Amino acid sequence: MRLPRDLHPVAWWCWAVGLAVGASCTTNPYLLGLLLAVATITVFACRGDQPWARSFRLYLWLGLVVLVIRVLFRVLVGGNDAGHVLLSMPEIPLPDWAAGISLLGPFSREELLAAIYEGLRLATLLIAVGAANALANPKRLMKSMPPALYEVGTAMVVAITVIPQLADSARRVRAAQQLRGGERGRGHRVRSVRRLLVPILEDAFERSLSLAAGMDARGYGRAGTATAGQRRSTGALMILGLIGICVGVYAFLDSTAPRLLAWPMLALGLVAALAGFVLAGRRVQRTRYRPERWHTTEVLVALSGVVVGAGLWLVQRGEPLVAHPGVLAVPELSLVAVVAILVGIAPVFVAPPPLTARNRAPVAPEPAEEPAKVAA
Amino acid sequence: MFELREVTFRYGDRPVLDRVDLAIDHGELVLLAGPTGVGKSTLLGVVAGLVPAFTGGTLTGDVVIDGESVLDRPARERAHVVGYVGQNPPAWFVTDTVEEELAFGMEQLGLAAPTMRRRVEETLDLLGIADLRHRDLRTLSGGQQQRVAIGSVLTTHPRLLVLDEPTSALDPTAAEEVLATLTRLVHDLGVSVLVAEHRLERVVPFADRLCLLGAGGQLRVGDPAELLVDSPIAPPLVELGRLAGWSPLPLTVRDARRRTADLRARLGPPPVVVPEVPAPESTETGPEVQVRRLLVTHGSVPALRDVDLSLTPATVTALMGRNGAGKSTLLWALQGRYSATRGTVRVAGKDPHRLKPDARRRATGLVPQSPADLLYLETVAEECAAADRTASAAPGTCAGLLERLAPGIDPAGHPRDLSEGQRLALAVAIVLTAGPPVLLLDEPTRGLDYPGKHALAEILRGLAADGRTILVATHDVEFVAQVADEVVVLAEGEVVSSGTVRDVIAESPAFAPQVTKVLGPGWLRVDEVAAALASSDPTAAEVPS
Repeated sequence: MRLPRDLHPVAWWCWAVGLAVGASCTTNPYLLGLLLAVATITVFACRGDQPWARSFRLYLWLGLVVLVIRVLFRVLVGGNDAGHVLLSMPEIPLPDWAAGISLLGPFSREELLAAIYEGLRLATLLIAVGAANALANPKRLMKSMPPALYEVGTAMVVAITVIPQLADSARRVRAAQQLRGGERGRGHRVRSVRRLLVPILEDAFERSLSLAAGMDARGYGRAGTATAGQRRSTGALMILGLIGICVGVYAFLDSTAPRLLAWPMLALGLVAALAGFVLAGRRVQRTRYRPERWHTTEVLVALSGVVVGAGLWLVQRGEPLVAHPGVLAVPELSLVAVVAILVGIAPVFVAPPPLTARNRAPVAPEPAEEPAKVAA
Repeated sequence: MFELREVTFRYGDRPVLDRVDLAIDHGELVLLAGPTGVGKSTLLGVVAGLVPAFTGGTLTGDVVIDGESVLDRPARERAHVVGYVGQNPPAWFVTDTVEEELAFGMEQLGLAAPTMRRRVEETLDLLGIADLRHRDLRTLSGGQQQRVAIGSVLTTHPRLLVLDEPTSALDPTAAEEVLATLTRLVHDLGVSVLVAEHRLERVVPFADRLCLLGAGGQLRVGDPAELLVDSPIAPPLVELGRLAGWSPLPLTVRDARRRTADLRARLGPPPVVVPEVPAPESTETGPEVQVRRLLVTHGSVPALRDVDLSLTPATVTALMGRNGAGKSTLLWALQGRYSATRGTVRVAGKDPHRLKPDARRRATGLVPQSPADLLYLETVAEECAAADRTASAAPGTCAGLLERLAPGIDPAGHPRDLSEGQRLALAVAIVLTAGPPVLLLDEPTRGLDYPGKHALAEILRGLAADGRTILVATHDVEFVAQVADEVVVLAEGEVVSSGTVRDVIAESPAFAPQVTKVLGPGWLRVDEVAAALASSDPTAAEVPS
């Protein structure tokens, strides 16, 4: 029996990143559509009743906006009459300093498809991230960070949690603004956007300030016992490590760079960064109350994401026509690609049901005995 | 153990605290009081180390804990000694469940896991919230949230607990619970407590010492009974004591009751309320607001059940009840935002939910819980002009209303810079610009001091005298005694009692104002007592009130 509990947030993020990697490996609209379906079904099946779970719809809208903008942009600067022209528009040449770019012009079916494919890929990436955001409790994610990254993690978490809070305060402000009526006259649309934004932003700033103050007052970010020298050496190691990684990655990707800079530099950077991590982690005096545990279920969920990512990467290497079908022919599908993506739906069958207000409620009578145990 | 020495704080050239000296000993409960906006929160922030780090401004002087200066140490380095609970706990919660919230502070201090487990259990028991341990923090009631917030700083075993208005958003019963918890901490654990509070009537009986922060930033510290003799802000009990010439002043209802024998003799019988002859036009039109067997649901959860309500013009009705009893829902249902699942709502004979937004605004004006949600422009004058435009009112209507409600507001000022009371007045003026005959207010007294509440009561009485129908949702019993003609009490979405203030409030011990508690049913307000004394004994009127 699967007891309701929250899955380890890192498992959800592994799964979502797998989906995102998969999406970035292909422009095949069928595959991308399948990925979107997998992400959406999983979110609706596995999300809890917390505020961030509701934010998924926002990401769906964001994906749609990205797609539309992509197409519109292509219409505006595309102008290429190769292929089947759908829409003939006058071409507006730009002055010399923008040579090579022209506005409008004929818009062909091929261009439309290319824009849709690329937009779809970007939207899928975004929605995969949104799925992780809706499924993984961001506050518990912060608890699973290695000690050295604790503070950075918390800062990120606060940034992530802003979105659902914004949705809440937007609802409240909109209701309140209806009490004083809409703007009239010229420019009223601009003003009515502003009248929503100003109170919402003020509210968001105030909330974040009070959260920051609250965390500070409760000891978040205490310096601990490290001496100035220790702090400097860890900082130096971290920065050196990051520089090493940057140079290494650049050299690795740019085939003209000297090979000496590629793997050796990357390795050196990684070692230095890891050393800094360990040093920083050692002097962090922070403990965990009931730490998250990593069970088989977590491994399965994370693996399913890895399979999606790795599978589509292999498809991109092995079957480029399936991964990037181009805009001239009808996209094809292959068994490997479809199976790889369908593995991503595993969490629906594996993951425990989420904790909700309803299934949490019957737990209440039980803890009444525990204080007695402690007293005994 | 804890000391502020010569602490001075200013924003730019505006002084907030002026050479403040304060020493807090072990196991003391110190109450900090003062008019709205005088800098109470700033003083608490200085103690906790959050000011000036989070507010800006310049701080001079010294903050000393156990003989050691901690002035340059940020709040996080004081967390093991000072526990700080700010206003509005939901905005402060870092985690989502009660248990994790209690553990957060200990995790930061790096305590061992078994210690954390033990302290969490102890704290759950101490605060009586053991059955809430797995609950989501957002689903808790106001009083429960406040107790969790206190618990979350108690687990680190601070020696000084600093609380900023812990009971301001709570109903009377929840406030009693929180205060009982605080006194228990002081008595059983020897924790020192520094608490800022507007509603002195709740905390004064428990306080060992009182600090009065004046408008110039000076702090007066002393015995509550002595300081309150000439304090500008005083709970009704103290006003009654001053009126009766008692010395020392009684601080608890019990003290006062034992001394009432001679006062009663001078007072004579309680004032008999002459049933006001209803104005002829109101009998013709009947009640302005009619609610019959109203059912409103949020999703599948009923928020209001079988509510019957009728409001007549020229009366102020108070809507009371626990946090989450459905007060706000009723207000929004009268405004028209929520539709009736069953039953009828009639405002001036029409169903507000069916009206267009413009017509709704002309029928009812609602001032929401946070009036700042209504405001979005840079100056007061612009806000007023925008309100005139949207209501198609003559230019200057809103500014005129505002001048009547709260005279002397600088029209070029930013709405955010107004005091709580002024901002509320601005929101009321904007809402009234459309000329609605019905005015609904949701928790307007939050953050107002006694003079502010008196002013608001005057405003509402004045608007009622113009023939408006007013409904105020509030927790504040003393405010209800001042302002309301009728009271409706909601519980779990149902009306449990309704009637005139004298009937409803005087009967239930939890809702009775202090004057009623002392002098018995029939007496509601200090001014009634003053009037009775003046009529029976001319010399008593000379006692300053």
